[in-house]
Amino acid sequence: MNTVFQQVDISHYIYLSTVLFSIGLFGVLFRRNAIVLLMCIELMLNSVNLLLTALSTYMGDAGGQLFVFFIMVVAAAEAAVGLAILVMVYRNTRNTTVNFLSNLKG
Amino acid sequence: MSALPIPFLVLSFITILCALYVVTSKNPVHSVLALIVAFFSISAHYVLLNAQFLAIVNLMVYAGAIMVLFLFVLMLLNLGKAAEPIKSNAWALASAISAGSLLLILTAAFQKSGEQVYRNPSETVGLVKNLGKVLFGEYLIPFELTGALFIGAMVGAVLLGKRDSGDHESSALAEEKGASS
Repeated sequence: MNTVFQQVDISHYIYLSTVLFSIGLFGVLFRRNAIVLLMCIELMLNSVNLLLTALSTYMGDAGGQLFVFFIMVVAAAEAAVGLAILVMVYRNTRNTTVNFLSNLKG
Repeated sequence: MSALPIPFLVLSFITILCALYVVTSKNPVHSVLALIVAFFSISAHYVLLNAQFLAIVNLMVYAGAIMVLFLFVLMLLNLGKAAEPIKSNAWALASAISAGSLLLILTAAFQKSGEQVYRNPSETVGLVKNLGKVLFGEYLIPFELTGALFIGAMVGAVLLGKRDSGDHESSALAEEKGASS
């Protein structure tokens, strides 16, 4: 009995994560709400995670999956700090759209 | 290549559908919920790839911690129906063209490169035992550094999120806010 990943070619995982990454990029370019922007970045990180995991499994190398682990750690730290900054911005401007932050330019 | 297995197709469909809904939904709370579903299906992908450790960590860290943090901030700031400025169709078209050309370029590059992926499929590489041996052997120093990163992030988040009082700058801001409201 073959497992699923022996029946699925690696190229399908590559295409799937490419599509997910492009959707995330579209969101980053299209949306203006900073929280949704952060979520789109998480989506892009997850598509890369999926690709790294697939390649690591198909190559029989544990390094890729450990990189996914480290990416998750960095993503957690990034989300915490990013949301803290957003709360700060909302407190001062009553707004979370990124258009508003163009006031920051000197 | 014979027909793809049903679980892979269903999970890929759910993942892409939820990702599209995250991007296009007007309500940020709906975006968060769709993203949680997308993360669950990505975890299921990890299970299909025999990466059980990553599946569980993905569920706990992403679906459990990060998305709850997002939801918490959305509810706390009461941004459920936040008015996002309406953008022109030209902007949507430009974004779609940019993302679409990235998709096209990556796909074309992969197809041009041919099937050069080194294949040595292993069913046991994603198990906790193997990953732990590599993590605490080869990757011990990066692992310790992530601890330092977490402490830095935690202190930074607390400092940023704290409502400071008595500070000259913040009292001036509070006055300004009181005057405007």
